[in-house]
Amino acid sequence: MNASPMPARPTASVSRPGFGPSVVQINAASVTYPAPDAPVRALHEVSLDIRQGEFVSLIGPSGCGKTTLLRVIADLEPITSGQVLVNGRTPHEARLARAYGYVFQAAALLPWRTVLSNVMLPLELQGRQPDEAREIARTQLARVGLEQFERKHPWQLSGGMQQRVSIARALGFEPKLLMMDEPFGALDEITRDDLNAQLQQLWRREQRTVVFVTHSISEAVYLSTRIVVMSPRPGRIVKVIDSPLPAERTLAMRDTPEFMALAHEVRDALADGHH
Amino acid sequence: MACVLAVLMLLWYALAIALNAPGAIERHLGGPDAPWTATELVQTTWSMARPILPAPHQIAQDTWHSLLDWPIDHPRSLIFHARVTAEATLLGFVLGALLGALLAIGIVHSVTLERALMPWIVASQTVPVLAIAPIVLVVLGSLGFTGVLPKAVIAMYLCFFPVTVAMVQGLRAPQAIERELLHTYAATRWQGLWLLRLPSALPYLFPALRVAVAAGLVGAIVAELPTGAQAGLGARLLTSSYYGNTVQIWSALLMATVLGVLLTTAVSGLERLALRHRGAVR
Repeated sequence: MNASPMPARPTASVSRPGFGPSVVQINAASVTYPAPDAPVRALHEVSLDIRQGEFVSLIGPSGCGKTTLLRVIADLEPITSGQVLVNGRTPHEARLARAYGYVFQAAALLPWRTVLSNVMLPLELQGRQPDEAREIARTQLARVGLEQFERKHPWQLSGGMQQRVSIARALGFEPKLLMMDEPFGALDEITRDDLNAQLQQLWRREQRTVVFVTHSISEAVYLSTRIVVMSPRPGRIVKVIDSPLPAERTLAMRDTPEFMALAHEVRDALADGHH
Repeated sequence: MACVLAVLMLLWYALAIALNAPGAIERHLGGPDAPWTATELVQTTWSMARPILPAPHQIAQDTWHSLLDWPIDHPRSLIFHARVTAEATLLGFVLGALLGALLAIGIVHSVTLERALMPWIVASQTVPVLAIAPIVLVVLGSLGFTGVLPKAVIAMYLCFFPVTVAMVQGLRAPQAIERELLHTYAATRWQGLWLLRLPSALPYLFPALRVAVAAGLVGAIVAELPTGAQAGLGARLLTSSYYGNTVQIWSALLMATVLGVLLTTAVSGLERLALRHRGAVR
């Protein structure tokens, strides 16, 4: 939780050219649900390019398609038209190659498994040896500060701890791409701040690519290198904002003029999208 | 609890007087005109050899003697009969639970199987077991299967249904988020079944198993009736009823009840063991 000294990222630049090759390429992707009167356009011709090492937040009011977009990248939802590539492959192939980790809105821990064996689940499915899987799971639990809870069952943990277990589970098999769908939405503000700080450190330390869905402006500004503002009916991108903030963030930065200016810009974009 | 029992006992003894009085007067007291007192009448109705309704202490005495006065492998021992019935019940229960679970797994994985099987499964339970038991026994007997197996098949016939119904519901219990989680891990169907569906189904399975083991006991007893089987609680009921030995009928019924309670308690024990780590369950 405390900002322990971290090695600075070799590419300290915050501008986009500082990031690696494209991880996610979305080209005019649309998702349309059939409905009796008029079809629902959940996503309308969305294009976005996400590069290696970026932390991209999708923000917008409910119904703007931010979760749909994430689910499309994760092959949990098919697109109606357009093109989506993950590591140059279709989302389906990327999923079968286990190219990404996905954190859901709820922790989705299996209640009959201990904390440790919940974290081991994806490793077991990968075919790792039990000893190796246990070792990795212990390391991941230590990273989210839950090493002394490995023998507990999920119902013995608080909501925030459960969500930390689910993050440890998503990180265990070292996916290059981490997708998170409002992972802290159901938590109280103090726990949320705490987990945001942990996630920020984790991202800087490991340089994973993160796609993060949220409806909290301050969360998006605090965490992201790029903020994608979306708008409903039809679900579309209204603005993409590059963050001028340095890579290393502290919770205290939320009171600086730069932070507030960025939050203001996001708020304006959200308001514009409503017209 | 104790109050209810006391009231039941009082009613029972009163009913025994009312039901047995005509027989007692006719056969034991020398007819309605003979000189007997009310006390003698009551005493007789509570101690006759073949009463319409035996008094509780008669049943208790007969049960006690049948349990303890004979070696446990002797045909007059209730333990001997209970063991024979328990064996058929348990074998039928295990087979029925397996069949029920396999049917449920097939049904949740294939719409075709669901459409093809479900009507037959439901229809199978509308056939009275008393009607189908002799047929099964005769068919299996002609194929050379005698003894415990035909009885176990009847027990299985009654066992599998509640298990199938509960398992279908239980295997479909995982929430969308849990199924999607395994989807993102690119888990196979079998991994999904083993890691998610089966563990999710356990809380649904166990209440069905308790029902199934009781139904299986009924099936095993019914299967012992038509062939005039040599052993088992059903056979004991049949011979007692043949000789008009009502006390023995009641002691056999009591034994069947005790066996049923023991079997369901054992299943409950298994349930507690299997679900001991799930906080919200129970």
